[in-house]
Order: sequence, then structure tokens, then C-alpha cells
Amino acid sequence: MVNLRPVLTVLAVLIALWYAAAVPLNGPRTAEQLARAGSYTAGDWVLGTWSMTRPVLPAPHQIAVELYSGLLLQPVTSRRSLVFHAAVTASATLVGLGLGLVLGVALAIGIVAVPVLDRSLMPWIIASQTVPVLAIAPMIVVVLGNLGVTGVLPKAVISGYLSFFPVVVGMVKGLRSPDPLQLDLMRTYSAAPRAVFAKLRWPAATGFLFPSLKVAITLALTGAVVAELPTGAQAGLGARLLAGSYYGQTVQIWAALVMAAVLAILGIGAIDLMERVVIGRRGGRR
Amino acid sequence: MVSASGLGVVFDGGRRGTPVTALSGVELTIRRGDFVSLIGPSGCGKTTLLRVIADLERATSGSLTVNGLSAEAARLARAYGYVFQAPALYPWRTAERNVMLPLEILGLPKPARRERALRYLDLVGLKGFERKFPWQLSGGMQQRVSIARAMSFEPSLLLMDEPFGALDEITRDGLNLHLLRLWAATDITVVFVTHSIPEAVFLSNRIVVMSPRPGRITQVIDSDLPRDRDLESRETPEFQRIARQVREALRAAHSYD
Repeated sequence: MVNLRPVLTVLAVLIALWYAAAVPLNGPRTAEQLARAGSYTAGDWVLGTWSMTRPVLPAPHQIAVELYSGLLLQPVTSRRSLVFHAAVTASATLVGLGLGLVLGVALAIGIVAVPVLDRSLMPWIIASQTVPVLAIAPMIVVVLGNLGVTGVLPKAVISGYLSFFPVVVGMVKGLRSPDPLQLDLMRTYSAAPRAVFAKLRWPAATGFLFPSLKVAITLALTGAVVAELPTGAQAGLGARLLAGSYYGQTVQIWAALVMAAVLAILGIGAIDLMERVVIGRRGGRR
Repeated sequence: MVSASGLGVVFDGGRRGTPVTALSGVELTIRRGDFVSLIGPSGCGKTTLLRVIADLERATSGSLTVNGLSAEAARLARAYGYVFQAPALYPWRTAERNVMLPLEILGLPKPARRERALRYLDLVGLKGFERKFPWQLSGGMQQRVSIARAMSFEPSLLLMDEPFGALDEITRDGLNLHLLRLWAATDITVVFVTHSIPEAVFLSNRIVVMSPRPGRITQVIDSDLPRDRDLESRETPEFQRIARQVREALRAAHSYD
């Protein structure tokens, strides 16, 4: 059994700090509002900083209320439902992760199988990650839009663009992980390159795939949210963030951020589960 | 079975290093059914010689035939099974599936693969451990799986590179006895690298003594010990006599300059 006390202690400290930080951040505007209404006590002022409609920093319970109403009190097809927005972002994330996985594995196989590709492709792969995604996201959306591709795919392409990188790096490492003895063994059998790949390199790399996927899924999620920002998307957590910032709805922004974090945790948890199943079937150690 | 003449190996030593002569002027004939041990101090090229026979290393001079073919053709014809110093099992495969690995590559149908794997695991005394993963087996058991794997596709030649070097003496004695019985039960030819004199004398009918700098064969000792040996055979005067012969050959070859 995991000892929950340290976890809960850290959580309590963070929440206390959060409430404390909300007082000075929201204080000046609360004071203005209270002054307009007449005289007020210090207690009124502190409580006021925690219950503003458009605070600079919303208090934790305000975000909790927003999450509660967004998740549970709206029909899930409504644009006011956080479930709806989270599902839109999650679908783009998963399609993007799929694209990144396929592209990443294909590139890794190419790089390991063909030495020339290692030197010719790797610089481009690294360079691709130095381009700010915020700069290319609108271009990808516009180009694909002109080609008639709209909906989830442009966002997924941006997710895939970010998430293929850890897959390439992890899989190249994994496909090269067999030691000289294991390779010599294949040579004594005069195994064809295809057999060496299928029976040695690929299974050896599986252990490296899951850690890469955990990084990749958070990047895919970031990609999906970022892709929703500059494109005027109407749905998704990114759209929710953008709308919130237009109208000064900080509580809405924070609720969307928390939802994004929850999605990331769920994604990593799912990959962790798959990893346990796969590794368990392979003897439980690696 | 194996015939080497004027065999030499020079490693070029990389960009800056000086070339290293690992083997020079090796003359060796191994007959079908022989159990030949290559013995010598480290650096004498015994592992290199084994790897050249296996076509894992290329000879730079001389000629070599394995089973009447060039070393490469013999490897392509899967003429030999190789047992490395370490078991080199694939950790994601069970014992059984490790033994089936070469059979999969050879394209045997699945029922035949399974039957062979069970038979050879039984032969090395691992009945009941078929479904265990390598980490669930002791070092000695892992090495036995690797021997079963090398024999599973029934090559006529078994090349063993200090297979028991990393094991404790009790396990080693047991495996030596086991290997001897396997050799007696089949008509397999074995080339066995070791640096243990008792191991070499106990197992072989011919002992090839090697010396370093450059690696070469200094003496070949034929053993007339009876084939059915047990651990007590090591106490007999005949055994002691051959062991002394090997020790003297090693000392003569390696006089510490």
C-alpha cells in the first residue's frame, strides 16, 4: 500500500500557498470593488479575493466548481461541457500519437537498417524539433485546409510532428540495443537480415518503446492544444483556453488547464498499463 | 571435419594502433567424432581460432576447410552450433522458445520445433523448466539451455568457447560429465576452448596446446584415456600422466620470456 501521507501533505501545502498567493494578486481589484460599495473589513477583503468573478488568480475551489459544473452539469454534447472539449482534444491527441508512432518507428527502422540514413536524416529530425510549433501550426492548418483536409486531421498532424521525435530516438536506441553476443548468435545461424530484425532487434526494442510513448503522448497533447490556439478552433481545450483569455475568464482557463493535465495523466496511465501487460507476457523483467 | 593449414589472423589495430598478430601458422586437423580442446593462457588466440572456424572472424592468411567447405560456406550451410562464454539467451523468450530460435530461422514447422526443443532440453537435464524465463534459471541452467539451443538443429560440429568458465566448480563438474555423455550419445564433433587443464584432459581425446604472442599451436597431445569416464577418472595415474604432459607443454610454451 502506498503511503498517502507525504502526497497529501504536499498537496495541502500547495493549496495553502495557492490561497495565500491569490490574496495579493487579486487584492487591489477586490479593494476597489469593495471601496465602491462602502466600508469593508480585512476579512471581507480576504474572502473577496477568493471569490472574484474574473480573478487574476482564481482560488482552487473556484476551479473545482468550474470543473464540477463543466464535467457533470452540462449535456456532454454542449459547447459548455468540458467533457466535449476534452474529447475533441483527446481524439486529436490519439490520432496524432498514432501518426507519430508510425512515422517514428518507420524512421527508426530506416536509420538502423541503412547507415547512410543515420547521417542524412538525423540532422533534419533534430532540426524539425527546433522549429517553434506555434509558428508552423497555422501553416500546416492552412495548407491542409486548402487541400480540403479539415477537422481532426490537421491537429493530429501537428501532434504527430511533435510526438514522432521521442519515438525515433527511443526506437533507434532500442533497435541497436542487442549486444555483440546476441548478434553473433544470429550470424552463426546465417540468419537473414529480416530474421535478425524480427527475432532480435524488434523484440529487444519493445522495452524502449513504452518510455518513449510516455514522452510522446504528453507532446502529442501539447501539440493538439497548441494546434487549437491559432486556428480559431471552436472546440477543444485549446479553444477553451483561447476563449477564456478573450473574455478574461481566468477560471475557465484554469479549468481547461486542469483538464489537459488530467488527460495527460490518463494517457500516461494507459501506456503504463500496456507496458505492464506486454512486459508481463515477456517474463516480467527487462 | 576441420582442417587448417598455415592459418593466420592479423587484426589491423584500428587507425592508430599497430597490427596485432592473433594467430600465426596454425596447422590443425580435427577428425569426425573428435573431442578437441584448445588450451592455453589468455591471449593465445584460442577463442580467435574458434571464431575463425565459425566464420565470425576472417583469417588473413592460410587455408581452412570446415566439413569440406570454406568456413563461410560451412556457416551458411549451418554446419556448426556455437556455445558462447555467456549463455546469450534472449531474455524475452522462455527456455523452450530460446531453444526453438534456430529452428524458427531454419524454417522447421511448429510441431517439429516444439518436439525438438523438448527433446534437447530433456537431454541437458532441464525437463520441467521449458516455460521458465532465463532470469528464473541459475547460471548453470542457462548455459545448459544454450547448449540445447546449439544442438537443437543437429549440427555435426559443436564449437564451445569456455562455456563453463563463469560457473562454480561443482556445477562445472556436473556439466562436464553431462557434456561427455552427450558427446558419447551422439556422433557430434566438439571443439572446446578452455584454460583449465583438468577440464581439457577430462573431456577430450585430443588436446591442442597454444601459446601467445603470436598465438600459435605448440603441441597436440593425444589422450588414450578410455571414453567412458566419470569424475573419479581424474584420480587415476593415466589421467595424472596426461595432465602433467599438458602442464609441461604449457610451461614450455610459456616460459615468461
